[in-house]
Amino acid sequence: MTKTKIAFNWASSCGGCEIAIFELGTKLIDLANKVDIVFWPAILDYKYSDLEAIPDGAIDVAFVNGAIQNSENEHLAKLLRAKSKLLVAFGSCACLGGIPALANTTSRDQIFASSYIETSTTDNPEKTLPQTKLQAREGELTIPEFYNTVKTLDQVVDVDYYVPGCPPVGEQVSKVISQFVEGVLPPKGAVLGASDKSLCHECKRVRTDRKIAKIIRTYQTLPDPQKCLLEQGIICMGPATRGGCGSICLDANMPCRGCYGPLPKAIDQGGKMLSALSSIFDAQSEEDIQRLADSVVDPVGTFYRFGLARSLLRRTKP
Amino acid sequence: MGTKRVGVFVCHCGLNIAGMVKVKEVIDKANKQPGVVFAVDHKYLCAEPGQTLIKDSIRQHQLDAIVVAACSPAMHEATFKNIAQLSGLNRYNCEVANIREQSSWVHDDSDKATSKAQIAVRQGIEKVKLNEPLQPITVPVTRRVLVIGGGIAGIRAALDVANGGYQVYLVEKSGSIGGRMAQLSETFPTLDCSICILGPLMVEVYRHPNIKLLRLSRVEEVKGYIGNFKVRVRQEPPYVEEAKCNACGECAKVCPAQVPNEFDFGLTWRKAIYTPFAQAVPPAYVLDSTNCLGLLPQACGECKKACDQFGTGCMNLDAWPQVHELEVGAIIVATGYELYDATKLTEYGYGIFSDVMTSLEFERMLSASGPTSGEIRRPSDGETPREIVFIQCAGQREPETALPYCSKICCMYTARHAMMFHHKVPEGQAYVFYMDIRAGGKGYEEFVKRCQEERGLLYLRGRVAKVYEENGKLVVKGVDTLSGKRVQINADLVVLAVGMIPSSETHELASKLKASLDANGFFSEAHPKLRPLESPTAGIFMAGAGQAPKDIPDTVAQASGAASKALDLLSSPTLEREPTVAQVVGELCSGCGICIPSCPYEALSLNAETKLAEVSEALCEGCGTCIASCPSSALSLRNLTDEQMLAMIEAIVAS
Amino acid sequence: MIQLETNFEPKIVGFLCRWCSYAGADLAGTSRIKYPPNVNTIRVNCSGRVDPTLVLKALALGADGVLIAGCHPGDCHYTNGNVKALRRFRLLQKMLDQFGIERERVRLEWVSASEGERYARVVRGMTEDVRSLGPLNWKARVEAVA
Repeated sequence: MTKTKIAFNWASSCGGCEIAIFELGTKLIDLANKVDIVFWPAILDYKYSDLEAIPDGAIDVAFVNGAIQNSENEHLAKLLRAKSKLLVAFGSCACLGGIPALANTTSRDQIFASSYIETSTTDNPEKTLPQTKLQAREGELTIPEFYNTVKTLDQVVDVDYYVPGCPPVGEQVSKVISQFVEGVLPPKGAVLGASDKSLCHECKRVRTDRKIAKIIRTYQTLPDPQKCLLEQGIICMGPATRGGCGSICLDANMPCRGCYGPLPKAIDQGGKMLSALSSIFDAQSEEDIQRLADSVVDPVGTFYRFGLARSLLRRTKP
Repeated sequence: MGTKRVGVFVCHCGLNIAGMVKVKEVIDKANKQPGVVFAVDHKYLCAEPGQTLIKDSIRQHQLDAIVVAACSPAMHEATFKNIAQLSGLNRYNCEVANIREQSSWVHDDSDKATSKAQIAVRQGIEKVKLNEPLQPITVPVTRRVLVIGGGIAGIRAALDVANGGYQVYLVEKSGSIGGRMAQLSETFPTLDCSICILGPLMVEVYRHPNIKLLRLSRVEEVKGYIGNFKVRVRQEPPYVEEAKCNACGECAKVCPAQVPNEFDFGLTWRKAIYTPFAQAVPPAYVLDSTNCLGLLPQACGECKKACDQFGTGCMNLDAWPQVHELEVGAIIVATGYELYDATKLTEYGYGIFSDVMTSLEFERMLSASGPTSGEIRRPSDGETPREIVFIQCAGQREPETALPYCSKICCMYTARHAMMFHHKVPEGQAYVFYMDIRAGGKGYEEFVKRCQEERGLLYLRGRVAKVYEENGKLVVKGVDTLSGKRVQINADLVVLAVGMIPSSETHELASKLKASLDANGFFSEAHPKLRPLESPTAGIFMAGAGQAPKDIPDTVAQASGAASKALDLLSSPTLEREPTVAQVVGELCSGCGICIPSCPYEALSLNAETKLAEVSEALCEGCGTCIASCPSSALSLRNLTDEQMLAMIEAIVAS
Repeated sequence: MIQLETNFEPKIVGFLCRWCSYAGADLAGTSRIKYPPNVNTIRVNCSGRVDPTLVLKALALGADGVLIAGCHPGDCHYTNGNVKALRRFRLLQKMLDQFGIERERVRLEWVSASEGERYARVVRGMTEDVRSLGPLNWKARVEAVA
């Protein structure tokens, strides 16, 4: 039986999705018997030429994690698209933009200024900034271009499947990879390893009065582990986020942050959460409403923590 | 759903539209839209020839749906929908595009008015393509009415419905109907004897074949919805057989237990076995088991012995509460009011000084059947007061410390009280401290003027800062703002016109009915101007002071109005409701429950088994607020779905 | 940003509640009060129907502004749908501030059925405000700085 040829690549990523693969534990050995990993820069020193040498369409399935933030991310995404039958956006960054997409609240210039000039521990008196080309003694050196706006994988290439999560939960990863190995797949475009219902459906906490009288941050209280966090005033993205992760964050007494992304019919995860949250504000007067609205300190960061690149507006005004 | 064949009809409306909007260009643009197979214009689409054109076109071109570009849908939507229906289409396959009130009549640039009209038509086309062919929702109607509250409002409403030919259940928590009006001595502005005009109505209720009176009863649970309410009522036993009791009073003579009489606000005593008041209906005694020395086991039993020996033998001490399961189509709430707790008004000393009374206590004293047989006496020493002070607006119109609102009737009854005092104590002097005089009703101004001028009472415009006792008199310190002077009166008696608040059990009842209350705890109306007698909860109506403070004429008018609304509801065996209601897509719903509080009609609930949201179609009014609050997009509004909204937005922006 | 193009016609999507503001707009029509044609209206039953996501979609698709009009507080035909609309709107406003979308572009106004003149004034005012801000062109802006 021919082994399934798979590839893993990481774009603008933290490496957590690679670790998620390792969460398979001993199942990795079973996997090794069924698959041929032809490209995995995270664990071995593959070069561009290794990938370029693979014939088009020869890879059965490529998993790309990380957001598209620079020209290398985009180049490799396009290469992998050409070389693979199926391309999977793996993890929240590839699916939605993830944490890197919070860069869409600022600009490349501002990011460079913060990183290379303004931080107090940086010693850069000439205010040198990265540039894509450099004439060195050895010749011309190039580094990828850093983009102003972070994109999701499908905003640069055609994507077949999506596996959300930051990172996708171990159990789900195992199931998803088996699906690809066995070749039993739903229609193109499907979201795998996640529920079609929101986290509230699997959350074990008790819900009583759907009302929010005040909004507080997690550090301001010790939440009751049995009761719904929203009702305790803590913003939990659960209602607007796909379940399937086993509500592990809730079990650790922390609110859902939305990493599994929007629900099937939602056209904008953040907008839906904003509407749901404000609908249950316990406020009738103009003053009380304004007070509650003001207590949501960072709406963009809260409602689009993982999904800014995927959102309708995609970035703040440049 | 296959692709609909859409026909577009653009009206000239004479020159109203055609004078500004280039109708031909609207037709041309419409013809280019996907789905449109026919487009035509006409001078007057609402007129007979225009209607015929639409009908004929639907037939000739096998149209599945039509868009009529004309005046505002508010004008003729029903007309065009009817034409569609007569032509064999479902009425929801007709949309109206407003190109007159919101285009030709308000813009003066013909090109711009035309392109706006084209967009409106495009919106209509996109919407109608996605409309579902809906049928009205039919619910059966149980043709009986429940009236909660046996005061004048409940009595009037029950009589009107009963006279209208339907069965009424009248539920009253105390031992007799009559309510507050039975406690009044006279009524303004006519000075009619209150119980004299009320009594015959009470008897009429008792004798009416269509009215079943349940006294000592409370609503325990309400299930169902408009036309189909299932109400559980718990009736405490009177321990007396109503039909046999002749109110001889032998039982009360021997009863050893004595308690303050609530009808007289504690100014007199009554026995544990008692009749609420002389003209009580039903005219039978009641045993107050809470204050009886004991029934389980029987501690006394003297009343029964006396009844068996000297009376009609109508007592049964072995009785139990009865539970009635009532099925009704409409509910009228007439739960009335009580007075604000005057002990909270510490500046006046109510509850501390026995000669400070509330208006209702004074009312009982005025009454011939009251604690003093109609004579005005000081509670402290029984002497006749010479100087009496009436304080209006006590604990009212004070948003910071007490009630923010005005109780509407106090100016009137205080005038009456002052007048009656003077009548009974001609040598006495009455002072009335007021902020304003509100006498808006028919004959009211004249009545107050009479009191102010003819009877020589002293009306002082100002507030009272404090009342305290000194040497057996009540020192009243106030101000007269018209003369600018401080005033001190050493009074014998002080009467506080305390505010009207909803009866104590209103809150509990409202949550059982799922009827909303306003910020002050009164029953909310569906619309303060246009629907003052209907709760937002369909099928529940209201009348009287339970809705807001008011006088007897307004109460009676509202009661008849509420009865009329109930009769309207009962007038046919089934009820048709608009089908453009919310629906839940079960596969998408995660049971988060966020939609539930967004519904003002309590039409949403979580199913106990599936834990998913459910819409009661009979209760849903189709506002769509829940749709916007659902984070899963599992709720959708029939024929105004998110998909349709997006299609209309695109129609606007993409052009 | 200096608006060099003087022919800019703002495109504003209006959500009007049928009981109050749509009726108010109709009254402006019956009274023949003139106002600019830049607001295209969508009739909803209640301002509470307006999901902030729809506002975001309108802006993303190319609208220069969005107007939501409902009944005055206390007058809502459905009791308090307008209060829910206000709650969502205030939070949406805060978020749009972060996105850099000017407050004049997305507005919530109370217009009663008897306020034809007021509706016209709202439309005139908003059209002029958005005109001086210039086109939003959200999609083009985002793509321009990719």
